[in-house]
Amino acid sequence: MSTGTEPEVESELTQPASGTDEAELEALLGDRAIAREEHLNAPGFVINPNDVQAVLSDLRNEAGYDHLSCVTAQQYEDRYESIYHLKKFADPTDELSIVVPTTSENPVSQSAEPVFRTADWHEREAYDLIGVEYEGHPDLRRILLPETWQGHPLSKDYDQEKPQLVTLTEHQNPIQPDHRDAESDTMFLNIGPHHPATHGVLHVETVLDGETVADVEPDIGYLHRCEEQMCQSGTYRHQIMPYPDRWDYVSAGLLNEWAYARAIEDLADVEVPEYAQVIRTMGAELCRIASHMLALGTFALDVYGEFTATFMYTFRDREVIQDLLEDLTGQRMMFNYFRVGGVAWDLPEPREEFFAQARDFLNELPAKVAEYHDLITGNEIFQTRCIDTGVLEPDVAKSYGCTGPVVRGSGVDYDLRRDDPYGYYDQLDWDVITRDGCDNYARVLCRMEEVEESAKIIEQCLDLLEEWPEDERDVQANVPRTLKPDADTEIYRAVEGAKGELGIYIRSDGTDKPGRFKIRSPCFSNLQALAEMSEGEYIPDLIASLGSLDIVLGEVDR
Amino acid sequence: MSSDEPQQTIHDSTAPSTDTREARIGEGVDDRFNSRLREAFGASPFILTKFDEFMNWVRGNSMFMLQFGIACCSIEMMHTYAIKHDLDRFGAGVPRASPRQADVMIVPGTIVSKFGPRMKRVYDQMPEPKFVVGMGSCTISGGPFQEGYNVVKGAEEIIPIDIHVPGCPPRPEALIYGVLKLQERIKNGESSAVVVKPYELEEFGDLPKDELVQKLADQIDEDDLVMRYNWADSP
Repeated sequence: MSTGTEPEVESELTQPASGTDEAELEALLGDRAIAREEHLNAPGFVINPNDVQAVLSDLRNEAGYDHLSCVTAQQYEDRYESIYHLKKFADPTDELSIVVPTTSENPVSQSAEPVFRTADWHEREAYDLIGVEYEGHPDLRRILLPETWQGHPLSKDYDQEKPQLVTLTEHQNPIQPDHRDAESDTMFLNIGPHHPATHGVLHVETVLDGETVADVEPDIGYLHRCEEQMCQSGTYRHQIMPYPDRWDYVSAGLLNEWAYARAIEDLADVEVPEYAQVIRTMGAELCRIASHMLALGTFALDVYGEFTATFMYTFRDREVIQDLLEDLTGQRMMFNYFRVGGVAWDLPEPREEFFAQARDFLNELPAKVAEYHDLITGNEIFQTRCIDTGVLEPDVAKSYGCTGPVVRGSGVDYDLRRDDPYGYYDQLDWDVITRDGCDNYARVLCRMEEVEESAKIIEQCLDLLEEWPEDERDVQANVPRTLKPDADTEIYRAVEGAKGELGIYIRSDGTDKPGRFKIRSPCFSNLQALAEMSEGEYIPDLIASLGSLDIVLGEVDR
Repeated sequence: MSSDEPQQTIHDSTAPSTDTREARIGEGVDDRFNSRLREAFGASPFILTKFDEFMNWVRGNSMFMLQFGIACCSIEMMHTYAIKHDLDRFGAGVPRASPRQADVMIVPGTIVSKFGPRMKRVYDQMPEPKFVVGMGSCTISGGPFQEGYNVVKGAEEIIPIDIHVPGCPPRPEALIYGVLKLQERIKNGESSAVVVKPYELEEFGDLPKDELVQKLADQIDEDDLVMRYNWADSP
């Protein structure tokens, strides 16, 4: 790992894949492993398409790889390929890639869905965009594009100029004369895609039995902006960095940029100056606070319809953060501040003024957090709606690949900032927040406490930056004008975004643009758990559960 | 009576009606009746204007916005409604969740093929007269995503737009300026003609009847909404 690991770091965790015991894995897989591959982040085993379930369940049960982080599909000249990126919740540096090639003529591969629930949506996406079919998948249909779409847009023979037809037929009209099912007395209800409680353009197909939710099916793809295609057609050096800002657009821009920066810096072997890492850490945590503030404000809005007070209070704080970030980066939301190998420029002059403003914000924050606890979490209406609703058991959360505050609210101690350290996090003093409640209330409390932890990190960064010697303020490493990593180098790298594990898989093809660029979005995985959380509960609990997942549709759909 | 000398004429012509009140309040000006409106109009309690001008004035100053969040720009739109920028100062700060109650739709983000028909439906549900502010580069041309296989190259492909606010995303100040420009246009009785381009209800009109088109045409309901995206012809 090349980012921020100076010699004095004593933690063993900074050695990626150090924990992977390859000999043991070879013994476990036996002759099911037909070949080996080497990814920069992890060893890879190539297996037959018919062995997927057996291999993955052995790896989960025997070797402890309980986190299916991402499924990447891609097409080569002569074959299709699915890669299952496995990790351990206990130690995310212990990574493993399972590579499943299939022929071009018959791209059929066994589904991993019976082993990892999260593979459901990931494989649907792979089918939708690439065209790999998964045998034994319970519901293999398009997920991001309309049902009537012709062709698989990220496959090699796709013609983008072809006209496409989109109908509304697949979405039933909610204003039919009679909503009732003839046999069962249930009611079908569309929530969204234009609805204030869905946090964007999410469509939730619900079946209600009275006021109880009988079935929930999130329908996504209303904001599928072809982010992967955009990144695959941009050059590594400058053209990709603006896009991450627009995945999780809730002011979490710097966190997303870091995901790309970390992947490309490890891929191209770029060493980032420490000073830049401190600035990155500070900016990223400011973004995290802004993002959690919005989550809090809109959650209160969802749960007890409080447009005026709580919402306005959280936006007051967001404005302060956005002013700070604007001073730092030059933009309010779409920062484009990170560069490969550092950041765009140093702190704004006069530095004292910036430090003073940032410290003012941090000094006022404890009182504000106390105010939020008074206003929101201490409110009995709020508690009645949130405590013991939307329950997500830790095992279920793991199986769905949930990360971030969602899984930490279920008591799983998993935070990439600590477990797979990057930037300057491992040299600062802060804690990972977990809560055992597993319910909506736990997730909200988790976010609010994370805000305080982020404030601690920012404060330490400010101290460091203030005392940093003037002649050592390198903001960028010396990076070539054109980056051309060696052909067929593959890497999957993740950072802890505001919503959870934001990962990026890049395969280079020897040019200055990525051959495949895959985004692992935390919200995409988290949203899958919605059905598990809300079935059997009241419909207002469904809205609360959706709010507590804190999804952002730009990142779900990409 | 020409309209370029209204006040004096009005004052004169209505003068008799104030006789009783003037008699009641006596000589001299009572300082309870010192509002600026009264200064402007004299003692007359009437304003003469054209009814449609009055309606335009009212419309422009009391706009109900549709609470319509799509993508990144909706975050800046929320900031525009919220505490610091406070769009309510301009009589336009009441976001309505239902399109049936809204006059103005701010389109804050990228429109993709799957969302196009839904946005059209929401627009259709708004009562006339209705106005649209396109917020951000995506609603102008598709913005940074213009080359995407799934991205509609501007919201104007689907619904008519009165005001375009460029930016990625526009700052709240820019959105406020756009809303004020819209108010100005409404007050002057101007807004876009309602012309909708590629929205097709009939059974695929001029498309060649290949297998897919035939299959869809068989399924189509007269009341259904079908949208055709001809990417090659899009700007």
